[in-house]
Amino acid sequence: MSLNYDSALEIYEPTLGLEVHVELNTNSKMFCGCATEFGAQPNTQTCPVCLGLPGSLPVVNKRAIESTILIGLALNCSIAPFSRFARKNYFYPDMPKNFQTSQYDEPICVNGSLDVEIETDEGNKVFKVEIERVHMEEDTGKSLHVGGSTGRIHGADYSLLDYNRAGIPLVEIVTKIVPNTGKYAPLVARGYVAALRDILRSLKVSDVKMEQGSLRCDVNLSLSKRGSGVLGTRSETKNVNSLRSVERAVTGEIVRQANRLQSGEKVVQETRHFLEESGQTRPGRSKEQAEDYRYFPEPDLVPVAPDGKWIEELRKSLPEKPAERRKRLQQAWAVPDKEMRAMVNAELLDTVEQTVLLGADPTRARSWWLGEISRIANERSVLPTDLITVSDVAQIIELITKGELTDKLARQVVEGVIAKEGTPSQVIAKRSLKVVSDDSQLMKAIAEAIAAAPETAQKVRDGNIPAAGALIGAVMKLTGGQADAARVRQLLLKHLGQ
Amino acid sequence: MSIRDNAWQMAAALNNKEISAVELTNQHYEQINAVDKDVHAFLYLDKEGALLQAKEVDKKRAAGERLSPLAGVPLALKDVMTQKDVPTTCGSKILENWRPPYDSTVVTKLKDAGVIILGKTNMDEFAMGSSTENSAFGPTHNPWDLTRIPGGSGGGSSASLAAFEAPLAIGTDTGGSIRQPAAVTGTVGVKPTYGGVSRYGLVAFSSSLDQAGPCARTVLDAALLHQVIAGFDPKDSTSINQALPDVVAATKKLDIKGMKIGVVKQLAGEGYQKGVENKFNEAIAELVKLGAEIIELSCPNFEYALAAYYLIAPSECSSNLARFDSIRFGLRVGDDKVKSAEEVMNLTRQAGFGREVKRRIILGTYALSSGYYDAYYGSAQKVRTLIKQDFDNAFAKCDVLVSPTAPTTAFKIGEKSNDPLAMYLNDIATIPVNMAGIGGMSLPCGLAEEDNLPVGFQIMSPAMKDDRMYLVGGALEAALLSKWGKPILDFAPKLAGSK
Ligand SMILES: [Zn+2]
Repeated sequence: MSLNYDSALEIYEPTLGLEVHVELNTNSKMFCGCATEFGAQPNTQTCPVCLGLPGSLPVVNKRAIESTILIGLALNCSIAPFSRFARKNYFYPDMPKNFQTSQYDEPICVNGSLDVEIETDEGNKVFKVEIERVHMEEDTGKSLHVGGSTGRIHGADYSLLDYNRAGIPLVEIVTKIVPNTGKYAPLVARGYVAALRDILRSLKVSDVKMEQGSLRCDVNLSLSKRGSGVLGTRSETKNVNSLRSVERAVTGEIVRQANRLQSGEKVVQETRHFLEESGQTRPGRSKEQAEDYRYFPEPDLVPVAPDGKWIEELRKSLPEKPAERRKRLQQAWAVPDKEMRAMVNAELLDTVEQTVLLGADPTRARSWWLGEISRIANERSVLPTDLITVSDVAQIIELITKGELTDKLARQVVEGVIAKEGTPSQVIAKRSLKVVSDDSQLMKAIAEAIAAAPETAQKVRDGNIPAAGALIGAVMKLTGGQADAARVRQLLLKHLGQ
Repeated sequence: MSIRDNAWQMAAALNNKEISAVELTNQHYEQINAVDKDVHAFLYLDKEGALLQAKEVDKKRAAGERLSPLAGVPLALKDVMTQKDVPTTCGSKILENWRPPYDSTVVTKLKDAGVIILGKTNMDEFAMGSSTENSAFGPTHNPWDLTRIPGGSGGGSSASLAAFEAPLAIGTDTGGSIRQPAAVTGTVGVKPTYGGVSRYGLVAFSSSLDQAGPCARTVLDAALLHQVIAGFDPKDSTSINQALPDVVAATKKLDIKGMKIGVVKQLAGEGYQKGVENKFNEAIAELVKLGAEIIELSCPNFEYALAAYYLIAPSECSSNLARFDSIRFGLRVGDDKVKSAEEVMNLTRQAGFGREVKRRIILGTYALSSGYYDAYYGSAQKVRTLIKQDFDNAFAKCDVLVSPTAPTTAFKIGEKSNDPLAMYLNDIATIPVNMAGIGGMSLPCGLAEEDNLPVGFQIMSPAMKDDRMYLVGGALEAALLSKWGKPILDFAPKLAGSK
């Protein structure tokens, strides 16, 4: 008999731990001046330092320290007056020095927290996730194992190495254990990564593109028998690279571990890999055979001792917290919860805000970006902002508000702009999309519509107002959709004595 | 003008156009051709590059350009410093034929100053040793007695000076690798304050101890070279952003009246050769005659320096040498397209590293392992702090400290090669300086009566007070020269074919 998610949670309580790696968007690498651009030709962004050539020495990128301090401050951490880098020693072909320079027991930021708000059947709930540390390290190179069936180094015919990524600054953000999330564990995990991503984005310190690997998450999970108070053995699922996968990985691990424990087996302390297709994890390296990394303080670097005044300046420069900003905008725009969440989930909050800042009505801005424009973007698998600019959308909304465009006409304008026919005004001119605002022209069409459907007109005269809909539709058709439906309705009803 | 002149004399001759840099360079290559088959100071000669450099200097001089004081003077470079496109082996098979794509900062400074780099000198593999016998390319022979070691690890650099193959050389000193070779070859060697000379391009043995420095036949020559290579380097975060005191002026001062000179009690006695102690005491007497005040001092923690050194240096080297893995540069063994990357790495390191290097990698790997870290690496770091405190206490009472540089004169090649512990004891007097990151100099103070071989006198000065050792060294050198009537190297037997 195997346990499903719900029955697993009746017996076991999950404990989470999350480690997030963030690639900083500094112009140069952590310890040398090489560029960090994504997608460059292999091995074109390298030098003696990041290739680990004999004699080369690292120098810490001050910008990376600044970014890391900003992250720490935004996560309510204390900033250590003195922190050090260490060497993590292990051999791997894509590690140029065969050690990784990383902070270890003396990280730069410690003891922070992040409030994670999730939506549940019982209303919104807030979980305080405590942050243990935020530290700096360097990324490794990238290996591409060619041949063999697994894509792993064992069994490959040969491997290609690209050191462009070697030495790119990484920040690792590690939570303390997150207890008592119960059945919400998957949502808390997802919510945490999402909230963290928003903060990082607001700080402008990283591209936070999970699909490109600039934000990667390791999920630690253990189960304890309800009421036992004893923490179980944890597994560590590596490099989960989407919000949805974070949620699925936690769900999957809860079910897998519960079933192992239930059948009397032990959970092995090990690294696991998340499989996108199935939502399951497969075992990686077992921690029992784990290497001894022989950490010791990096003798090539002096300790990082940020000036207190500098830290205070950085603290003052922190942007508004994403959660607070969201609350402020929701209030200012009078947006219902559900629509607000939709906007956030679609990652269109910034875009809508920019449109509103250009003078557009908030409700219209939101419905255009989330509606028509997102629909077309989805069809073409691009981002809405790749299709049309914020200022074009703001301009179109302004014309709607002034009554110069109907929604229907505006859709055509959007279509035209996306088709690169020109600016909104050029599209309006080319396609002659002006609203017919001349009443005499409208009256002519109304007369024509009534003549074509005298019985319907009579019904309206007799007081059957809903019947007018068909006549209005006919008028709209006759005007090629360029009439303002509200005005047509007004004129028509008046004309028929209503 | 003779190749036996000092570097500053050569510089003067060049300046007065008595000789061209090309001629001077060629004269040194002639000497190298004549004697290096016996001495084996050099691993590589870059005649083409050197002559090109010399021509450039001559052209500039002819055009009346302002040149650096040592422009046109030749130099021998220890093979642990990278020089663009010139083989840099560190005395190891694993780097045979590796040509670095970049210049070390020291080399950049030498080139900018117009110093002519003749070639790369022999050394113990990765600077691990005290005799140059650990070179994968065969030992260097001491010009005083070809059956003896020239010291190490920088035996090639010091031997090249004593054999008049070069008037200047660059060494590196992790536990005595500049000073001990200087002592046993009758030359001068200076380990600057840690951070005083950039380590960028110095292939690391032990990062927290390594320091490049000048080697020469006189204190003044060393000072002139020191000024060329010193200075803050943004590429080395451990380099000190502070100007080097005027070591040339200090050398020329020759007045040490009233200076307080501390003799370290722990760096004498058991294990020190009689003749070494005698020459050291005679030099102390000279210092007294010059008006210095001698104070006997105790540095109790020096006793643990050697033990702590052989934990810290191997620990750092086990990590520093991990990059020699055949993947990006250097030797590759066993790559038959079947063996895995891991197997090829293993085979390469097995074949590429010598015994002493492997011994230290294993030692360091062990000392850093979890469960042993605190007892070994951790304790060694504590000892290091205590040694620094000993120096601080001592320098509160005196201006410089002195001791013999090495406990013995040059020993026979092969004599200690199977006894690593006996070999390590050679550095017992030089290691504390590296542990504390301060400055140390060795200059010759006479010939031991037992074997007629040179004895080294060590002067230690506080961090960034390098001028003090030059002041005392310059004064002592002048006093001894007038006592002997000629430079110490003139007492050495002439090498076959030598000028
Ligand atoms: Zn680089």
